[in-house]
Formats: sequence, C-alpha cells, structure tokens
Amino acid sequence: MSKSKILKFVICAYVFGILINGCAPKKEAQKQTISVWHWMTDREAAFFELAKRYEAQTGVKVNFELYAPSDAYSQKVRAAAQGINLPDVFGILGEKRDFASFIKAGHILDLTPCMEENSGSWKESFFSKALAINEFREGNSYGVVPGIYGVPIDIMTIQMVYNKNLFKRLGLNPANPPVTFQEFLDIGKKIKQANMQGLVSGWGEVWMIDCLANNYAFNIMGKDKVLATIKGEVPYTDPDWIKVLSLFKDMQDSGVLASGIVTMVNKTAEQLFANDRAVFAFNGSWCVNVYKGMNPDLDYAAILPPKVSDKYPMMIWGGAGSSFMVNARSKNKEAAVKFLMWLTDRDQQAYLAEATNNLPANKNSLTKIPEILAQFAKGMEFATHPSIWGVSEFSAVIEAFDKGIQSIIIGEKTPEQVASEVQKIKERELAKRR
Amino acid sequence: MRTKSTLENYVFVLPAVLIFSIFYIVPFIWVCRYSLHDWDGIMPIMTYIGLANFKEIIQDKIWWGSMLNAGYITLIALTFQNALAFLLAWACDREIRLKNFYRVIFFIPPVLSEVVVGLVWQWILDGNYGLLNHWLSHLGFPNLVRNWLSDPQTALTTVAIVHSWKGFGWGFLIFLAGLQTIPRELYEAARVDGANAWYCFRKVTIPLMIPVAVLVAILTVLGTMQAFVLIIAMTGGGPAYHTQVPVLRILASMRGSSRFGYACAQGLSFGLILIAISFIQYRFSKRARQV
Amino acid sequence: MLIHLFLITIAATCLFPLVWMISSSLKTQGEIFRDTSLVPKVFHFENYYLAWQEGGFGRFFLNSIFYTASVVIGIVIVASLAAYAFSRLRFPGKNILFFMFMAAMMIPIPGSFVPLYILLNKLHLRNTALGYILAMINVGLSTSIFLLKTFFDKMPTELEDAARIDGCSKLGIWWNVALPLAKPVLAVVVVFNALTVWNEYVLALIIFDSRALMPLQVALMTFQGEFITRYPLLMAGLTITALPIIIIYLLMQKYIVKGVTAGAIVG
Repeated sequence: MSKSKILKFVICAYVFGILINGCAPKKEAQKQTISVWHWMTDREAAFFELAKRYEAQTGVKVNFELYAPSDAYSQKVRAAAQGINLPDVFGILGEKRDFASFIKAGHILDLTPCMEENSGSWKESFFSKALAINEFREGNSYGVVPGIYGVPIDIMTIQMVYNKNLFKRLGLNPANPPVTFQEFLDIGKKIKQANMQGLVSGWGEVWMIDCLANNYAFNIMGKDKVLATIKGEVPYTDPDWIKVLSLFKDMQDSGVLASGIVTMVNKTAEQLFANDRAVFAFNGSWCVNVYKGMNPDLDYAAILPPKVSDKYPMMIWGGAGSSFMVNARSKNKEAAVKFLMWLTDRDQQAYLAEATNNLPANKNSLTKIPEILAQFAKGMEFATHPSIWGVSEFSAVIEAFDKGIQSIIIGEKTPEQVASEVQKIKERELAKRR
Repeated sequence: MRTKSTLENYVFVLPAVLIFSIFYIVPFIWVCRYSLHDWDGIMPIMTYIGLANFKEIIQDKIWWGSMLNAGYITLIALTFQNALAFLLAWACDREIRLKNFYRVIFFIPPVLSEVVVGLVWQWILDGNYGLLNHWLSHLGFPNLVRNWLSDPQTALTTVAIVHSWKGFGWGFLIFLAGLQTIPRELYEAARVDGANAWYCFRKVTIPLMIPVAVLVAILTVLGTMQAFVLIIAMTGGGPAYHTQVPVLRILASMRGSSRFGYACAQGLSFGLILIAISFIQYRFSKRARQV
Repeated sequence: MLIHLFLITIAATCLFPLVWMISSSLKTQGEIFRDTSLVPKVFHFENYYLAWQEGGFGRFFLNSIFYTASVVIGIVIVASLAAYAFSRLRFPGKNILFFMFMAAMMIPIPGSFVPLYILLNKLHLRNTALGYILAMINVGLSTSIFLLKTFFDKMPTELEDAARIDGCSKLGIWWNVALPLAKPVLAVVVVFNALTVWNEYVLALIIFDSRALMPLQVALMTFQGEFITRYPLLMAGLTITALPIIIIYLLMQKYIVKGVTAGAIVG
C-alpha cells in the first residue's frame, strides 16, 4: 500500500472518529429522566414496555440500560461506585457483605421511611421473605444501620424438579415423587440399572452445592445449630455436619447423581433436563422460563428435596430474586423511589410475572400463574436465605466446604476428611479476625 | 551533534512510553498500593496491612496448586501445541496443494469466540452423549470411554489439549512468517552442494528458526499461564481444584470473597513468577544459540 | 500422502466448531440441543436478521470497525517506531525501558479495570472513543513491540546502511526500509491486535455509558442472559462477528506469505 493511501485512510478514520464522538447523544436536558442499570437480559423487552407505560402515565422518562453478563455488570457497578458515577437505580449482585459495604460507603438510599409511610403500605405489599433479603436488622454483624435498603421485583425459590415421562419409563408413578431421602436413593438404584441420568444441577458453580448442603443441614440439625456453626460456636467436625457431607457420598453411590455433575454449569444442567435427558434437576424457579423455551412439552413438577429427618423442617433457599436499590447521591432520588413504588405495584408485578414467567414479589399479584410456578411458590413457606440470617460464613470456608463435597462425589476424600479440613480453615479465619 | 541524535532517538519511543506510562504504570502503582491493604473494593477506606497479603499467599496451598496446574497446561502447550504448529507451518511452507485453504482453516480456532469453543468441546467431550465417547466405543475402545471433563484424572489434560487446539493457530502463523523469511537461495545453495532434505532442515531451517522458536516459546508461556476463559466455560475450575488456575484464583478473590487487596497481591506475585520464568527462558535460549 | 492425511485431520477439527456454530445459528432454540445433526432441517435464516435487529448491530458494528482500525493503525505506528528504536538506535535508558515493556507483558493486573476507570474519569476521557482507543493501544503495545523488535534484530543491516549513505533520515529509514521489510511481522501484529480489540468487551462495558459508543461484543453478550441464553441468535451474532476478523486475516496472510525475497539484498 502506498504512503498516500495509508495517509488518506488515517485521515478518514480520524474524521469518522470525530464525527462519531460529536454524534454521541447529548444529555437529555429538559425532561426528567431516571436511569436504571440492570443485567436481566430476559426482561429487557418487558422493562421497555413498562417504561413506555410509566412515561405515558407520568411524563417521566425511564432509561433501562442492560449490561450483561452479570459478572461484567457487577464490575461496572463497582467501578462506577468508585468513580461516584452510579445511575439513579441499580442492583447489587453479590453477597450481603458487599451490599453492606455499599451502604456504609454511602451509595445506597435508606428506603425505610418510604416503606413505613401510610402505616407501611408499601412494605406490606411484599412477601416478607422477599423484603428480608434487602433488610438489615438490629444488631446485624455487618455494622449497618438497621433499615430496608432495596426493593425486590420478583421472588424465586430453589427446589427439586422431576421429569414425569422418565418416571413412567422407570416404572414409577409420576404422581408419587420421593418424599424421603431413602426413597430418593432407591430411585437412584433404578436409574443406574436403566442406564439413565439422575440428578443434574450446576454443581460446577459451587454455590448450588452449598444451597443443597445447607438445605439438608437445616433439616438435620435445625436453624439454630447451623447459625451457631457459622458464628464459630459449633465445629464442622460435629457428627451432624459429617452426616450432611455423607449424604453426598450416599447420593453418588446410589447412582442418583448424573455423571459429570461436579463440573456441570447450570445452563448445561438446564439443557439436559429440558431435553428429557435427566430424571431430576436441582434448580431455581427461573428454570420455568428456560425449560419452556427449550421444550414447551416438558412434563415435570416441583418438589422439596426429599427429607432426611423429621426432627426439623426441610428448608429451601428462596426470597427475593432480583432487587433494585436507589443511588443515595442521585439527583432524582424522589422520582426514582416513586418509580420503584409503581414498578412493584400489583398490576406491574402481574405483568412482569406473566411476561417473563417469574414469581412476583407483590403478594397480591399471584393471580394467573402456570401450575408449575405455583408449585415453586408453595415452597416459599419453607424458604430461607443466607442473606436473612444476619451472619455470613467466611468465603474461604464456604469454598473449602463446597469443593470438599466435589471431592467426596468424585471419591477422592471422605466426609470426615473434608469436615476436618473445613474446620481447620474455619479456625484459621477466626484467628485472623481476632 | 551527539545530543541531537540521542534526542531524535527518544522521539521514536516517546509515543509508546507516553501511552504506557499513563495506561499501565499509573494503574500498576495503584495496584501495588492496593496489594498492601485489606480492601473489599467498595468501601472508601482501606486498612494498611503491609506485607500480610504476600505472607498469606506463600502459605496458600490452593494458589500453588493452581500454579502447578497452569504449569502443566503450559508444558503441554510448549510441547504438543508448538510442535503441532511448527509441523503444520513447515508442511504449508512447501509447495503443496490446498496450501492457501489450510492457511485459512488453521487460524479459525483462535478466531472463534471462547463461548463457541467451550460449548462445542463440552458437547464433544460429554460423558454420556459426547461424540468422542461415541466414536471410541464404535471404533472398538469402549474401555476408554469416560467423563473427560469431570474425571479428576483426565480433566486437566483434556483442558490442556483443548487449549492447545485453540492456540496453535498463533504459533502456526508466527512460524510460517519465520519460515517465509528464510531466503530460498540458502536452500538452493545447500542442494547444489549435494545436501538432502534432512540436511537442509538441520543446517538451514533450524538455526534460522531458533529466534522465532524462542519468541513463540516465551509468548506461549505468558499466554498459557494466564489462561482462564476456556477453563471457566468447560469445568469451572473443578472438579474440586483439579483444573484451577492462577487467574481463576485472582478472580475468586476479587469477586467471590471481595478481597481486592489480596487479589492485587496475587496478581503481582504471579507477575513476578512469570518474569522469573521468562528470564530463565531467555538466558537458556541465549546459551542454546551459542552452542 | 501421510502429510495430507495429517493436514486434513487437523483441518477437520478446526472446521467442526465453525460448522456447528453456523448450523446452530440456523436452528431454533428447541432444536439446538435436541437435533444434533450438522445440517438443520429447516434453515432459519431469519435468525441473522433478528440478531442484527435486536442486537442493534448496525451502529455497534461500525463502532467496532472504527475502534479496531484506529487501535491497529495506532499500534502499528507507535510499536514499530519504538521497536525500531530499541533494535537499531542508541540512547541511555534503552534497556530499562525495554525491560519495563517486557515486564508489562508478564504482570497481569486483573484489578486494573478500577484504576483505569478512575484514571480515565480524571482525564475526562472516560465515556469517549479516544479514551478507549488509547487504553486498547496500551493493551497490545508490549507484545507488539516484542514481536517487532525480535524481527528487526534479525533483519540484515545492509539495506539500512545503503539508505543512510544515500542521506536518508532515521525516520526515513524506518518508513522506507524497515517497515516494508517487516511486512510479515506487521501482518501478524495487525491480526493479533485486530482480534484483541474486536473481541474485547469488558473494558468497553465498564467505561462507556452511552449506548452509542458500545462495540459489537457488548451487544452480543446481551444474548447471553443470566438465565436464558438465546442460542440461535447468539450463534448468528457470533458468526456475524467472526466474519470481519476472518476477512482481515485473509487480507493479511497474503503478506505473511510473500515474505522477503533475497533479491532485495543482493540487487
């Protein structure tokens, strides 16, 4: 290429560049605009529709901006927080501990006064468990002033589902799902004989292992002992914890776990279950939408994980699915809060629930939801969530625990070994904090 | 006169140094600062803890395990991947049919997004429905069938091979560029002297390709040690810690446990180790060239 | 014969994912994992149209082309100037500076997004194309300098000496002698950086606030939802984004092929 050609190209490119820069949208001066950053790809269309309705009703423009995937969204929010550049409304993906840090750093508006207005009318419209995830109680271990700091826009639960067609193929009655753990294991033996795949779940993404293990922990030893363990008062080498860990060994030995589950991402698990390739799945209520998209004819139902003991109730994780917070430094604080009130109102929640097959956060919107979603909704009775316990376990301990379960499943370690390793890490972390 | 010449020389490196100082050095200094603090990335205040992060890294068994894993993957890349790249480049350097076709095809893996590569290979390697197991059992090797990505014994090697598959296109490209710059006259001169193909290869090709081979080796080590996207897509770092690599650990510190300071310390330690490795490689190659 | 078998096998493994990607882009969400044949029963070409529309590809495509072109041109000029200086010119501090660039290749700073964000903010370059381009030039700078310096080192000096005797300035030698000789390596540098910029999306997502400045990859990621990945559209989008890079490669590999003929040195 000759020199002049290159030169011409360079000049054209830079002129183009200036043009593009100049054409960047100028700030929407006059009309009041609320900017909302979200990561929910699946709801973008529904959000746009709601924004249109809100503008028609109130004249206030709402700008929904999608930043996906959720990892990148998280990074963007954190970078913007550092640069004091957050939008009016956004969400925080991560643990309660991070939520607490954002609040303490002054980024989040305390919504308690708005919630308590009109004798708490806004507050009462939500499922209490959904709101609890956004709440910090008296004497919480994060050092946050008690209050409600976020608004849930949907709820979800994580339960077990089973494929009715495959049940029939195994000679089981699809109307009689397993209720006890032993029944579950027995089905596992049948699955192994029939050379089928049993339970699929995203256990490559360790938090899902944590969820099920935690559910069984609540069932075996009860909430108080679990919380006491987190606080450091009960060691992980306690026989009850070893029992929890052994459950995974039992599941693996009985053949009820699908092969490859330890490195499975949840999306793969969903795809397997949706295509009639797995008998069970451990997944959240969002799966209804996913399965529908991949296989609308899938015949399945939701159940609680089969219980091990009758002493304490079986608990599942559930509560707010996605929540929005208001930027405390925003210039449109009041308008943003008003918008969120509208968004979580009965009609808008019903629309969202229908449009995206998710459970609404507003108690009064549970009118027309499909049968399968109703089954998930029933689980809310037994729902709990790490974010509402008021204490958090050290992430090094959680990682060791979950990876330890993976080791148990692949047969590399025994439950006792894992328990003592986890306890060692727990003691090390406790010592650091002293 | 001398100063004017030296000043002129500085002008050559000025733009690079300017951009580098602003966009690398400044963030680097910040990262060094973070590594000496206990910070979660959100709070406006950090606690100074000196070298505590680094002390913790030295005792972090999982960290060193991930280093070994990365080292293993890199070893496979240095041998398998680069040998493959060189063979293919050499084959395409000669006058054979479909040369141009091959040149384009071999560069497709690097171009493909990791999303596609992760999905396709997961499907091929799947324990129950995968193509690989399907062919193995049909070709008469049913005992080799296994869950390649979740079996602790094969997971890391499988990941390493897929990684090499995705990366060999670069080595291929650079080796080809190198081979193309060997003047044909040298080969002809050797042939006139009565040399056969092997002699040409040994006396002409290899000596002239050594600098290129060193270049590829250094780039391979740097690139492969820092790999992580494919691994997340295929195994998530599991089962247990079998396919865990350093960058995944850094990400876990940043995102999972919100220990930004510790993550920065990990990044710096990692960098120091990579510098040490590259330095050794460089010295080693210099001595090899003198031999 | 054996060589051909070898080449064909490797080529087949390379082609397979590409074919799978294209074939998936022509299926429906339900079919993608159920129907495992490579040739879809019905060719849903509308997926491409949908992906283009929903992803807003038009604008983002142009943005990506602009960023990639600017960064590549920028790096070629900046890196080759610096590499030439490191290889052929003398000045104090040369080795230290070179070492710094090499060290940068080896020290990954995954936490660098936050300082970069704050830095660009302070320089008022955050939500601008210029800021992104400069940051991306930095990303590929070290490796490009390394590649070019290695090449310049083994370049024969006769041509440069001849040009100097003819009265050429240093810059002139760089432009008229070094660069043309370095075409194969420059082609590699172009492809390498084009690929890096074209596929980048995290930095863009973090520092850009206005949608109008986003590159293609960011639009693509929106097909990969938190729960639902719309595979056919994602595959269609990925195919569309893979095309320009393949075209750049096709153009550049011509230069890698031509190489240097010794005729220039002798004659």
